[in-house]
Amino acid sequence: MAHQRTTAPPPPPVVELRVRPAKGEDLRAVVALDAENTGVSKLAYWKDRFEWYAGRQPDRFFLVGEREGHVVGYIVGEVRAWEFGSPPAGWIFAIDVSRTVRQHGLGTKLFDEICARFRKAGVDRVRTMLAKDEHLIMSFFRSQGMMGGPFIQLEKELDP
Amino acid sequence: MRLQIATRLALYAVLQLAADPEKQFAAAEIAERFGISVNHLAKVLRALGRAGLVEAVRGAGGGYRFRGNVKRVTLLDVIQLFEDLGTSAHGDPDPGERSAEGRALRRVLDEIDGIAKGTLASISLATAVKLMDGAGAAGPGEAAERAARPLRARTGA
Repeated sequence: MAHQRTTAPPPPPVVELRVRPAKGEDLRAVVALDAENTGVSKLAYWKDRFEWYAGRQPDRFFLVGEREGHVVGYIVGEVRAWEFGSPPAGWIFAIDVSRTVRQHGLGTKLFDEICARFRKAGVDRVRTMLAKDEHLIMSFFRSQGMMGGPFIQLEKELDP
Repeated sequence: MRLQIATRLALYAVLQLAADPEKQFAAAEIAERFGISVNHLAKVLRALGRAGLVEAVRGAGGGYRFRGNVKRVTLLDVIQLFEDLGTSAHGDPDPGERSAEGRALRRVLDEIDGIAKGTLASISLATAVKLMDGAGAAGPGEAAERAARPLRARTGA
């Protein structure tokens, strides 16, 4: 069992963590944070995501978490309607928190803030989709009260 | 998925202790609540102690208390201390499993197992404690108080 699991959680944060909408100048910090946690730098991908989500569309949200002026987390989502027959709902596509501030409540702040924006946009449900072996992130979403929903994702390899 | 008795006892005990990590419970107290023998529970608690999830507190008022990170230890971590949740690839195949029918059934069962393991691995003890009182509806203290109530009172029996 990992050492982290058998040690007590860290003490409460001593620095303020703040959440705000992402700005264009946050792009490189988000790319770096994603690369820190995934091992892959995806500048072109995130540039495209910034254009789509960080604009002024009322149903798309790209929020970042800051500590002392530095971006240490982000969450991205939007309201989508009628896909898979579903009424409008908030979808979270990405969330990430720097290892340096984990277990200090930033993920919860980001989640709460995007949910508040989803509610303002007129929806009463939030969903996400993630790999079955992404245990840490799935554990986070479950800690926020999320449970298995009515959909099952299916796939197959295409014939050559 | 059907869990062995020892596994379920371990989960019950860990959840009761994790609901209030500062408090210690006597093995007899936990055993009485779930209607099991203290000896059986003691074996389970020893296994949990070896894994670093609980510790025995000696002396007057002693007992067991949770020792770990309730936000990081998952239901799967506890279950895997007591049983092997591997697929048929580990161990001897069941009769007929190598037939086309057996392989087809195995694919379906493996998919179900994968979903079950993914679910168990994603539910931390902190989340499970919340579920004991309804998601997000109670703090750890309330959950512990609820966990300590006799089972018959909660079931209405």
